[in-house]
Amino acid sequence: MKALLLLSSLGVISLLAEIFSFKKLLYPLVLLGLTATFVLNIGDWNTNMSYFKMIQFDNYAVAFTSVIIVVAFLWFLMAEGFFKDETNQTDHYSLVLFALVGAVLLVSYTNMAMLFLGIEILSIPMYILAGSNKNDVLSNEAAFKYLIMGAFATGFLLFGITLIYGATGSFNLEEIKNAVSVAGSAPSIFYIGVLLMLIGLSFKVSAAPFHFWAPDVYQGAPTVITAFMATIVKTAAMAAFLRLFDDTFLRVAGTWTNVLWIMTAMTLLTGNITAVFQTSTKRMLAYSSVAHAGYMLLALLAANSYSSSAILYYTLAYSIGSIATFCIISIIADAKGSDGIHSFNGLGKTNPLLAGVMTIALLSLAGIPPTAGFFAKYYIFTSAFMAGNVGLVLIAILASLIGVYYYFRIIIAMYFKEKTDESIQVDLNHKLLLIVIAFAIIALGLFPDCVIRLL
Amino acid sequence: MITLLLIFFPLVAALLLLFVKGQQVRNIAIVAAIIEFAIVLYALTQYQHGNATQFEANYNWINSLGISFHVGMDGISLLMVLLTTFLVPIIILTSFNREYSNPSHFYSLLLAMQFALVGVFVSLDGFLFYVFWELALIPIYFICLLWGGENRARITFKFFIYTLTGSLLMLGGFIYLYLHTPGNHTFDMHALYLAGQSIGLSGQGYVFWAIFIAFAVKMPIFPFHTWQPDTYTVAPTQGTMLLSGIMLKMGTYGLIRWLLPVAPLGVEHWANVAIGLSVIGIVYASCIAIVQKDFKRLIAYSSIAHVGLISAGILAVNVQGVQGGIIQMLSHGVNVVGLFFIVDIIQKRMGTRDIASLGGIRNVNPQFAVLFLIVLLGSVALPLTNGFIGEFLLLNGVFQFNAWAAAFAGLSVILGAVYMLRSYQSIMLGETNISTQGFAPLTGNEKAVLFILCAAIIGFGVYPKPLLDIAEPSVVKLVAGVRMAMGK
Repeated sequence: MKALLLLSSLGVISLLAEIFSFKKLLYPLVLLGLTATFVLNIGDWNTNMSYFKMIQFDNYAVAFTSVIIVVAFLWFLMAEGFFKDETNQTDHYSLVLFALVGAVLLVSYTNMAMLFLGIEILSIPMYILAGSNKNDVLSNEAAFKYLIMGAFATGFLLFGITLIYGATGSFNLEEIKNAVSVAGSAPSIFYIGVLLMLIGLSFKVSAAPFHFWAPDVYQGAPTVITAFMATIVKTAAMAAFLRLFDDTFLRVAGTWTNVLWIMTAMTLLTGNITAVFQTSTKRMLAYSSVAHAGYMLLALLAANSYSSSAILYYTLAYSIGSIATFCIISIIADAKGSDGIHSFNGLGKTNPLLAGVMTIALLSLAGIPPTAGFFAKYYIFTSAFMAGNVGLVLIAILASLIGVYYYFRIIIAMYFKEKTDESIQVDLNHKLLLIVIAFAIIALGLFPDCVIRLL
Repeated sequence: MITLLLIFFPLVAALLLLFVKGQQVRNIAIVAAIIEFAIVLYALTQYQHGNATQFEANYNWINSLGISFHVGMDGISLLMVLLTTFLVPIIILTSFNREYSNPSHFYSLLLAMQFALVGVFVSLDGFLFYVFWELALIPIYFICLLWGGENRARITFKFFIYTLTGSLLMLGGFIYLYLHTPGNHTFDMHALYLAGQSIGLSGQGYVFWAIFIAFAVKMPIFPFHTWQPDTYTVAPTQGTMLLSGIMLKMGTYGLIRWLLPVAPLGVEHWANVAIGLSVIGIVYASCIAIVQKDFKRLIAYSSIAHVGLISAGILAVNVQGVQGGIIQMLSHGVNVVGLFFIVDIIQKRMGTRDIASLGGIRNVNPQFAVLFLIVLLGSVALPLTNGFIGEFLLLNGVFQFNAWAAAFAGLSVILGAVYMLRSYQSIMLGETNISTQGFAPLTGNEKAVLFILCAAIIGFGVYPKPLLDIAEPSVVKLVAGVRMAMGK
């Protein structure tokens, strides 16, 4: 809760920066604020505080909030250039910070109203940020598409909430859960409501067949915003999804497991297969991000004791890997004017550091030991195996192999293709950030216990 | 402690090498590799004969999932580690005639590879084994990608995808076993053995195939071999040596250590098919080897034939077969490294590996001819060379399983003699032509490598007892355990 309050006040403070002109101080202030938020958030561990039955900071919420804040911190380090634009500086800060507030609400809600508010608080800043590259047609398209599709998803979600309220007379998750304590005891509109909410949340995590907005939005938005969407937004949406379906709706699992089974398989296959055919790395990662949602759904579908810690670990591993890849893509795209795979040709010779970190990050996304991505996949597979979803695990294994194929295209381009240009200048803090992330990916992979025993 | 030192010393050396500039990095690399070998020799002196696992180290790693960093060596592991640490300095020595670009990366990857290989051979925890298994793939992939020959990107990528497919299936198999361990689940090797033996025939059948395919790809066994000839041919010489000399043994070692004990009924039920595939591979690869024009490719195919016999012998599940398999792994490692080095020597001097365009080298360099002949005779399993004991035991083991299988497997000896002696004849004997006239004498390091290998081939062939003794108690124990689980 303290984290939530501090994040909100940081957002308001950054709005004031324009008026009281301390814009130069804002960047260090935000970093400091995020550090403080992290510490305060850790203080909520094991307190299990509930506020007005609206939000509850149980360990689940605290753990996911920590992931969100850590990733946000890394994201701010990566996105420093994004805040250089004088005219919109404070707007950018406050929009991002408010989006974080939404994200924290999404991992801690215990009431449908808070779920809805969280999604809106998270999404509306993202619609604006996606279009923050105002002179770029693609960025405008991204914002517009995101808004329309997001509104659609919200519509489904609201519809679902309404029907569930109609069936149970409550927005409170606990009461909804108890209303269906006997199987088949709820009116049929309840089940329709569950399915509508499933669709709404699938939009948000970009699960197939509701993923069509993702590639265009990811490609059109400024790269740093894409990184934000692929990591923090996805983490929060997935945590919200898990909180709702693996707890509140678990008793009506029969309604949604078959549907989700098919959606998971589709997400894994379409995401990975379509990624193979992309020539733009940003778009490739957009599809790969769809695919990663599929892996996480595997654990969600398993709904067993491993699920929440598996998704927690997966979101962390996937997010830090993505931050590194998007950071490198934006550096390359800025220097060479293109994010096509050919821009990476010969990077192993011209910029060994960038190539090395990119390789580690891609190995992690592909799930090769000893990186964090490997353990994340292993843990997800175990969870799914335990639930008896052997068929789905086989599909996921196949999907991982396809994944290796397109991630390695970048690695091959970096080390095998002849260099085309001189080396790129990278500023020191980006270098440091990338080195830290590379170490974090390996360290997380070697010592996963420090994360997974949390939940 | 010794085991930990053996695992991590090459890794530390590999990381340090990254900071060394220039060609002298290879001197440091070889010193590191020799120190590693010395550590193994020290371990040999400390080794207590018997079937117990020794030099154990066990640390909690991922507590909440029952995964531990548990390593140790019994006789079988010790021999594999001995082979690895014996071959790596030799492989480094063979590179002394070449100037690789970015030498520090090259030697660093080579030692990183050694780290993973030793890890595979000493792991006593399924998860740890899997991690090392996969870890071994990354350095060799980059060695082949960065320093390989033509078309390397496509070929090494095929190799990577192939082995990864197998590995992921194995991971599935391991998870399946893991979930059958009692209580909070554990990846401990013996717990996995018990879990595997408790799940009945159909479950063991799935486990058998999931794990067997992973090993079959690595070795490779027909029909999972299609990546191998191209990869061996295109890889730089040292990469080929690592792949064929040591990495291949990960698969055969895996059969003994993991596949037989976790799925004894599966092995028994599917042995006909698996041994059948192995034997088909022997005959098929030998026939293809006969018609090869490229000498390096010929040896690649001969390797498929040899490994097919090892696999068949191990899957027959008797003491002779498994013991023979282990002995043959050592011999094949030494011989194949020798043969690939001979290819390298010829190619460097003649600029070609085409068997038909060579000839009469013996007239120019008789010393090389003798050394080549010794390596070759080891490879075709002449008595008193190292190849003989292994093949004899293996054929004996396969014969106990099925006489017909042994008859066809025995073709490997005959066909092996055909393609090896024919290529020797064509390369070394006959008229000296214009290009082979200028065959330069062997350099110091080439002589050193070939002398060491020839000494190993003859020494091991004449007096194999010390090495046989190291593995035997462990093999007897393991085979007895597996056969008991089969109800024999």
